[in-house]
Amino acid sequence: MEKINKIESTAVPLPLDNVDTDQIIPARFLKNVEDFDYGSALFRDWRYAEDKIDPEFWLNQDKFSGKVLVTQSNFGCGSSREHAAWAIKQYGFKVVVAGSFADIFRNNALNNGVLPVEIGLEKAKTLCKKILENPKTKIFVDLQDQKVSSNCEIETKFEIDLFKKQCLLYGINEMEFLNQLKPDIEALEAKINLYA
Amino acid sequence: MKTLFEKIWDQHVVKSVSENLDVLYIDRHYIHEVTSPQAFAGLNQRNQKVFRPDQTTATVDHNVPTKKSGFPIKDAMSKQQIETLEKNCREHNIECFEIGHENQGIVHVIGPELGLTLPGTTIVCGDSHTSTHGAFGAIAFGIGTTQVEQVLSAQSLLITRPKTMGIEVSGKMPDGVSAKDLALYIISMVGANGGSGYFIEFFGPAISTLSMEGRMTLCNMSIEMGSRGGMIAPDEKTYHYLKNTSLAPKNEEWEKAAKFWKTLPTENNAQFDKKITVDISALAPVLTYGTSPDQSIAITESINSDCDLQAELAYMGFKKGEKLLGKNVDHVFIGSCTNSRIEDLRIAASVLKGQKRDANTVVWIVPGSRKVIDQAKNEGLIDIFDSFGAEFREPGCSACLAMNDDKIPAGALCVSTSNRNFEGRQGKGARTILASPATAAAAAITGKITDPRQYL
Ligand code: SF4
Repeated sequence: MEKINKIESTAVPLPLDNVDTDQIIPARFLKNVEDFDYGSALFRDWRYAEDKIDPEFWLNQDKFSGKVLVTQSNFGCGSSREHAAWAIKQYGFKVVVAGSFADIFRNNALNNGVLPVEIGLEKAKTLCKKILENPKTKIFVDLQDQKVSSNCEIETKFEIDLFKKQCLLYGINEMEFLNQLKPDIEALEAKINLYA
Repeated sequence: MKTLFEKIWDQHVVKSVSENLDVLYIDRHYIHEVTSPQAFAGLNQRNQKVFRPDQTTATVDHNVPTKKSGFPIKDAMSKQQIETLEKNCREHNIECFEIGHENQGIVHVIGPELGLTLPGTTIVCGDSHTSTHGAFGAIAFGIGTTQVEQVLSAQSLLITRPKTMGIEVSGKMPDGVSAKDLALYIISMVGANGGSGYFIEFFGPAISTLSMEGRMTLCNMSIEMGSRGGMIAPDEKTYHYLKNTSLAPKNEEWEKAAKFWKTLPTENNAQFDKKITVDISALAPVLTYGTSPDQSIAITESINSDCDLQAELAYMGFKKGEKLLGKNVDHVFIGSCTNSRIEDLRIAASVLKGQKRDANTVVWIVPGSRKVIDQAKNEGLIDIFDSFGAEFREPGCSACLAMNDDKIPAGALCVSTSNRNFEGRQGKGARTILASPATAAAAAITGKITDPRQYL
């Protein structure tokens, strides 16, 4: 997996709460069995109204761009579809800064090398506002120090599980990690059975 | 002193990795056609076999047509996705309930009805409503595709240990309301992300009186509070339900299992990280009016006149301060893993019996599984639906997420027994009101939002 440590970028604001995975990627794009450009389907029905680009939608406004998406509370709620994380990543975002995240989305993002940065609703709202006022606002994310700041006032620490942090910092593959645990897994299997 | 959740979690920890991160052993893995293909592709790329193929069970549900005329499947991509699942299962020796198989149905309906979902187990599926299985006293939660691959590879997951939330439901369920109303009511109190980071246990007198179907409806919707999942301790009802399933343990195994299951419930002085009490003595049928499952009111109420959900109300075409009662309804959908079990169909049938469908309202009743169809037939429910004028269909997810042909047209208002009223969930531009099977059935008669209690 691609490593992440420090990221410095302008950001795209999405000043909304409860952005669900049906909006991030509508169900009709989940039919592929192989790779597909999920980035093209990101926020599809918000980016395109009746198949015409909606110039008002934040992602479509030229003045907003960058590797960071900034949004409000409960981002990624709803379905467990990992396609949502794939779409965010393939569109080009490396970090999502939000008031809060839905659990499954947070995990899916981490598993795909997209860093979820939770800063609480009030700060997230302020940050969205700053970006709306000044699209050139830069966001600085430092995973090692677990800090996010910007050239407006916002500076805050964020939480991330230590192991997940190491996975991102050093590109550790969870799958290999689990496969190496097979002896422990078999030992546990010997101890429990479905009916105990 | 431990909670139900703690007992099961602790028994399944392979290894603690960091403070809150554990490698958790998974007993039962369900898969379906949408979130598994890339997981198998990853496995195949690494030339790996499935570690414990007999602990994974597959079914097709999200993409399948629900009209008999829909077979063989015409949509090339849906067809390919289903065939890919069948092929992957054959190659990896996984049992797969293909289209037409007597056990086929929505993954969260078939697991319990076959007796694959058992108390005290850990259960995952690449689907957020895996929380349904918590009704049996299991830790059950949804996962992403990378994690599906991890479970296929190692029957384990790296996962943060959630906090625990106890929701005590007190008071007696009033007549004419059901588990769906209860679920929507609790969600409106807790909020769409109020359960974030928590695993919920529901308990209290009102929970004990719920049927297993009702408990599944409630646990199913626990995810709509942002929680990892919800669960209910096993009791006599749980055992009775499981006794009648084909795959639950039998004879001596049953005795052993039942003895273990009785050790599971939360002990008296065990602490939850957070506890809430909900009184439901005054519960009335509940309906959503917005585009998030926590935006709901009782059928007798009006949308709050201070409601600040401008975009949501604009999408739904509703105004603050107005009632939903009497609004014209275009579609009624009774189905989904929330409400497509036999009990749901019985309630719908009891409302629809002897009535005629409103001529302008399209009514789809989509059972959760083939087994539900058989039972509905035996009980004469299908005849009731037919003479009412509803379309009774083949099992699948259908208009719950509209991945197959079952889409609600843009602008149409649908009263749906499913679990999500997100923008466009049931079809681009479709407007969804979530409700119980009784409320949905009442709307099918009048073509308007109607209080179902007059028919019950
Ligand atoms: S019925 Fe709906 S919520 Fe349930 S598994 Fe299918 S798509 Fe998901």
